Amino acid sequence: MITEFRVKISGIIAAFILLVILPPTLPSYWLTILTQMLIFGIMAMSLDVLMGYMGRPSFGHAAFFGVSAYAIAILSTRYQVGFLGCVATGFLLATAIAALYGLLVAHAAGVYFLMITLALGMVIWGLAFRWVTMTGGDNGIAGIPRPDLGIPISLDDPIVFYYVVLIVFVIVLFLLFIFIHSPFGQSLMGIRESESRMRILGYNTWLHKYLGYVVAGAFSGISGILWAYYNGFVSPMDAELTASFEVFLMVILGGPGTLIGPALGAGIIVFLKNFISAYTHRWLLIIGAIYILTILYAPGGVMELGIRFAKGGDKE
Amino acid sequence: MKKVFLFCAIVVLVIGIAAMPASSLAKGKGPIKIGFIGPMTGHAAQTGRDMFSGLQLFLIEQGWQVAGRKIKLISEDTEAKPAVALTKVRKLVEKDGVHVLIGGLMASTGYALMPYVDAKKIPAMYVIMASDDLTQRKRGKYMVRTGWSSSQPSHPFGVYAAKELGLRKVVTIGYDYAFGWEVVGGFQRTFEDAGGRIIQKLWTPVGTMDYGPFLGRISKDADAVFALFFGGGALQFVKQYKDYGLKDKMTLLGGGTTTDESVLPSMGDEAVGTITTLHYSGALDTPENKKFTKAFKEFAGKAASYYGEGPYTGGKWIIEAAKKIKGDVEDSEKFLNALKTLKLTGAPRGPYELDKFGNPVQNIYIRKVERVGGELQNTVIKTYPKVSQFWTYDVDWYLKQPLYARDYPPLKK
Repeated sequence: MITEFRVKISGIIAAFILLVILPPTLPSYWLTILTQMLIFGIMAMSLDVLMGYMGRPSFGHAAFFGVSAYAIAILSTRYQVGFLGCVATGFLLATAIAALYGLLVAHAAGVYFLMITLALGMVIWGLAFRWVTMTGGDNGIAGIPRPDLGIPISLDDPIVFYYVVLIVFVIVLFLLFIFIHSPFGQSLMGIRESESRMRILGYNTWLHKYLGYVVAGAFSGISGILWAYYNGFVSPMDAELTASFEVFLMVILGGPGTLIGPALGAGIIVFLKNFISAYTHRWLLIIGAIYILTILYAPGGVMELGIRFAKGGDKE
Repeated sequence: MKKVFLFCAIVVLVIGIAAMPASSLAKGKGPIKIGFIGPMTGHAAQTGRDMFSGLQLFLIEQGWQVAGRKIKLISEDTEAKPAVALTKVRKLVEKDGVHVLIGGLMASTGYALMPYVDAKKIPAMYVIMASDDLTQRKRGKYMVRTGWSSSQPSHPFGVYAAKELGLRKVVTIGYDYAFGWEVVGGFQRTFEDAGGRIIQKLWTPVGTMDYGPFLGRISKDADAVFALFFGGGALQFVKQYKDYGLKDKMTLLGGGTTTDESVLPSMGDEAVGTITTLHYSGALDTPENKKFTKAFKEFAGKAASYYGEGPYTGGKWIIEAAKKIKGDVEDSEKFLNALKTLKLTGAPRGPYELDKFGNPVQNIYIRKVERVGGELQNTVIKTYPKVSQFWTYDVDWYLKQPLYARDYPPLKK
């Protein structure tokens, strides 16, 4: 009998092998799209910690992404800060904002959690849009150089940059996997199932939710760092509500609570956006239809479909 | 396990198919490829369609060929987001191998694309994107702006308002972001230099749908109000301006988009008498423009606005430049040079050429909304010929001043 775990592991290994050996054969355009998929994959996985494992869907997840992207942009274009300084500041700033926001949202659940995170996310967007002397306002900040790692290999080369992103992606996947399978991660799932029961069992549920939120924010910050270097450009749209929605939908499509599912969802959305839109201006209709079909027929997302398909004949 | 490998095989196949056009890129002289970007979905989709129609219309008239080579037009949707635009431009350049890019709406898109097109050496035609600094303090080499700069039409208008309309005290109100600041800032600088005074500056968030709270704050001492809006906001503002009884007391002036032909047909008598400024008017009385507006109406089923004229003329610009170099667009340096040194006549907006910073030196039209034959139009009441982006100021002095912003120029006490 094929267990779900074996399907997942073999799928991940197969996908990983593809991601390692395929890229050198790809034209540069598809390489950049693949890089983009991985970056949003990291962000979707970080949101999955909140949505899938903690049961707290958020509408403001792009805020942390935006904060770290802006930190990189401002430090590297205006103050010529080196690579390590940029990355450390970007990551710490995103984590700090998450730690601050966490205090305000950790007590909430359901639609209240959605609304508070939405509002807090818009605060970051507002800062990016209106703090013109610092962020360039609506015009954004262009010309972010690819980092100089102090090694003889240049990150300007799309293939090198791709492999750097891939390494970060694998590390993040590994860390988040450990995180959610740790006793702490299990307690988050407990809170998702029944918070009152967890409280009676003696868990400080507020603290657990708070830390879960901070971890999710910090990992979203990592994707923001990669994004700033990848695009060489940030604008308020990166931290906007629609950006938060988009990751939200990536998680839904991929399957919340599966970690690898949301990454897959991110890949599919990025691919569809860039592939279908070349053929029709009505591409949003197609993506919309895919969402509706997912919610109606595969509430567990693409991941569930995949597992169902792989297990196929083996009736349990 | 087998199914997992089957899945992988499918993935490889899909990627392979998707990647195919790139590997089969024609090596010889295929068609001249023009890559168009514009917002085809989202809040600015109507504008994007108008832009696309303008370009298509010109290429149809041109018969899809120039200098013995066919023209291929590839369009991509930017969703009015700069990051998406950048991704799509990468696709157009790296996958489709376009020779020239055209389009783009948001100023932020313009800034986002600049480093990329410079690195790839692909000329990019900025036909609508107007942010001042694109051709002033943050210039790019491969950008060819045949559209306009935001403050360009405002400069002569400030002089016109002070000298010919005899206005002394004006209140400004506009969208609270770079485009609004630049249009209003340009007006303020020349208006005050010509003896007028801005007594109050009001800013509204983009997307405001109720201007009541702002209209109530407009100082009653003003002779006129200068307003900068576009799209639905422009419709709503002009309507509420009359409803609040301000229309009879203070003349309504505005940036070109406030009464642009993309919104004018949806307005009523409340718009009549509004005076605005732009480098184009649908009512321009020249044979070229009459031919263009008629053809655009037949093709797109709606009135031609500057959103249609920009890409139409931009397309003409590309074709004329390609003719000059006998279709050798693969030599991007030569192509760029031809694009930058072109002097275009016969465009709907009138004759023009680029200054050494790459911004058009062109006619600026002061337009007054009138009802002619039952329809509203922007009647041209004064033409300022050969207006540069720096107006009559010394270029070095101008570039040393800060970019127009929310608080620059400041209100005089």
